[in-house]
Amino acid sequence: MPLVFAGVCSHAPGIVGRADQADVSAKDRLYEAFDDMRRRLEASEPDALIVVAAEHFANFFMNNMPSFAMGMADYYEGPIENPEWLGIEKTTIPGDRSLSERLIQKVMERSDVSYAEEWKFDHGIMVPLHFLTPNYDLPIVPANINCQGPPLAPLHRAWAFGEALREAADSVPERIALIGTGGISHWPATPDSGKINEEWDRRFLDQWSHCDKEAMLSYSDNQSYLDAGQGAFEIRTFITISAATEGAEGTVHFYEPIPIFAVGCTIATVNL
Amino acid sequence: MQKFLFELNRDEDFQSRYAADRRGALIGFDLSDEEQRALTEPDIGLLFHLGVNGQILMHFAALHSIEWQDYLQQMRDGLDEHGPVREGVYAVTGYEGVQTHSDRLGQTSNIENGR
Repeated sequence: MPLVFAGVCSHAPGIVGRADQADVSAKDRLYEAFDDMRRRLEASEPDALIVVAAEHFANFFMNNMPSFAMGMADYYEGPIENPEWLGIEKTTIPGDRSLSERLIQKVMERSDVSYAEEWKFDHGIMVPLHFLTPNYDLPIVPANINCQGPPLAPLHRAWAFGEALREAADSVPERIALIGTGGISHWPATPDSGKINEEWDRRFLDQWSHCDKEAMLSYSDNQSYLDAGQGAFEIRTFITISAATEGAEGTVHFYEPIPIFAVGCTIATVNL
Repeated sequence: MQKFLFELNRDEDFQSRYAADRRGALIGFDLSDEEQRALTEPDIGLLFHLGVNGQILMHFAALHSIEWQDYLQQMRDGLDEHGPVREGVYAVTGYEGVQTHSDRLGQTSNIENGR
């Protein structure tokens, strides 16, 4: 059936792991926005949540790197990171192998996707779940777009992946929710960590909220790298959500640069 | 070098073996003496200089419970000591720093409380 929920959010590890170092009011505003997103997600009564993430070498490495991958297991593990560093305990997250297999089979009709029966979550999925499904009681279907190890799939392929995900969600009887997680401009895991190009972010989010396909697909990785850091390669996850909800407007509920979290923190949903 | 870190970062059993015998954990990986030294000390700055992807390096630093600001400073120190990153997609752009940036945004950061 049609998607019951769609949105995007940040996943930076500092959001939880360095919460004690942030401006208290800024952190509280972000956390309230995450809570609001959780309430919206819960109100949609989903049977499962597809998380389109940009993982950071938790499962996939340059010896065998898929551009697009989806998980196909009844459970997953995470986080891979030191729990004290991330601020999230190691746990088991439910999946749904049958649902994954049906979704993947459908996605394959339009998009080349790898599948993985084993998948360890890193902060890219664990931070969103920490806020959105804190009891880990909603089956997750992880999806990944390689945004870390070039060469990267071009943006129009991320769009095509989103179109395929929408068709797949439409084809199953379950109520499917969909989120994309990633940064916009940021320079994560570098000495420039904390740098944020707010103007660049706001322009992209305006385009995203209007589902402006032409504008979003006009970005080049070379220019984004100069203007918005290597973290901006993760706009692929946002673009995929736009493609999966083409024609619908989005609402940015929260955007605020929080340097200690190393990203312009973002919470947005699509008006389905 | 990155392959070693990838395997280490995601495998708790491998982490236990590395904790017990760092040099022994390197057996089977094609590593130069410099790389072996960087991985066993560990030398975060040298690893960054050698081109280890920052995300892989970040998880490795977390494994060693290196505090965030120390981790960033060790990367900066590595660039000062060894020179620019040899390869990879990590330019250094002259960022003003989190404290100054936070101040400019009117945010009261509490970096000194960092763990």
